[in-house]
Amino acid sequence: MSTPVITAPRSPYARRKTTRGNFELYGWVFMRISGVVLVALIFTHLFVNLLAGEGINAIDFAFVAGKWASLPWRIVDLIMLWLAMMHGTNGVRTIINDYAEKDRTRGILKVLLYSAFVIVVVTGTLVIFTFDPCPAGADPALLADFCKQL
Amino acid sequence: MTATIEQTGPATSVGEVPTFEVTLRVRRFLPEGPRGDESYWDDHVLTMHGTDRVLDALHKIKWEQDGSLTFRRSCAHGICGSDAMRINGRNRLACKTLLKDLDIRKPITVEPIKGLPVIKDLVVDMEPFFASYREIMPFLVTSGNQPSAERIQSPEQRAVYDDTTKCILCAACTSSCPVFWTDGQYFGPAAIVNAHRFIFDSRDEAATQRLEILNDKEGVWRCRTTFNCTEACPRGIEITKAIAEVKRAMITRAF
Repeated sequence: MSTPVITAPRSPYARRKTTRGNFELYGWVFMRISGVVLVALIFTHLFVNLLAGEGINAIDFAFVAGKWASLPWRIVDLIMLWLAMMHGTNGVRTIINDYAEKDRTRGILKVLLYSAFVIVVVTGTLVIFTFDPCPAGADPALLADFCKQL
Repeated sequence: MTATIEQTGPATSVGEVPTFEVTLRVRRFLPEGPRGDESYWDDHVLTMHGTDRVLDALHKIKWEQDGSLTFRRSCAHGICGSDAMRINGRNRLACKTLLKDLDIRKPITVEPIKGLPVIKDLVVDMEPFFASYREIMPFLVTSGNQPSAERIQSPEQRAVYDDTTKCILCAACTSSCPVFWTDGQYFGPAAIVNAHRFIFDSRDEAATQRLEILNDKEGVWRCRTTFNCTEACPRGIEITKAIAEVKRAMITRAF
């Protein structure tokens, strides 16, 4: 019979100063609400991209360009990007809090996590707002086929 | 009524209770001993009866084989909450665990509860546990003049928090919680259970204050609902449910 080894702390834990506030409360509620919204968004996304019409075979640059030509799809994708990133980042934040034992480890992991969040959200948002499938004055060799018809 | 000795048929001799051999593998830690700060396993082969509990086996070791074995116990009947320990990897009370209910073909492991510093053998320092218990103000808070008679409460009002009044502060729940194991900053299930006992008491007036205390970064929001506490509780308190009720009270207060 072997049971998992959990080493006993050598000195008693002393709870540090109180850290009261509603942040964790709002975080908890946000996780529940965003989770429900994300389920709807992600299944819509999967259905539209993989099943509807020609299904998965239709996915190419033109498909994405076509989708982002309409404002409603841009809004849907923007909401999905933001909610997914915030939901995921908060989830990983709680995992770091649960598993990292030292404040230093915690700090390093959180800096990495928040940088990843900022990079993905900023670049993603930038692309969704500024996406142009056929930029004017670009090298024609690099453009998609459908741009020639314009 | 005077107590009388009940005659319940012929007395059964001990020999009629089935006996069996059992190996108890106890985690020892003797800082002043030859092994110093290293803890180690100690095996004891014992002949026990079908009616014996793990606590009886520990007594047998201490009284007949190795007097240096150290553990806490007081009432030995599951009320005082002194002898919570990790038996076969699960937190239980040694006085409520019958040997025959465990797998006696293999050695039974007995360790101190986890997440609290071990002082000697199975004795841990309970101070961090009681410190967070004290923080939630485990006493009745009222205002105004004292009533001349009882503070009236209906059976329905009493039923709301009935479950959480059963806590015996044995620390089996808190020391089974993986979030508490990490750094011991979490209040722990036991403190929340005892806060629940007063938050939902209709006679108490400090519910807001207690919710404020538990609305901490290390408060109820660190609960991951792994149900370890509920499984460990020797009193069968639905701890995870109590924690969820405290969370709900906080959310309804905030919105």
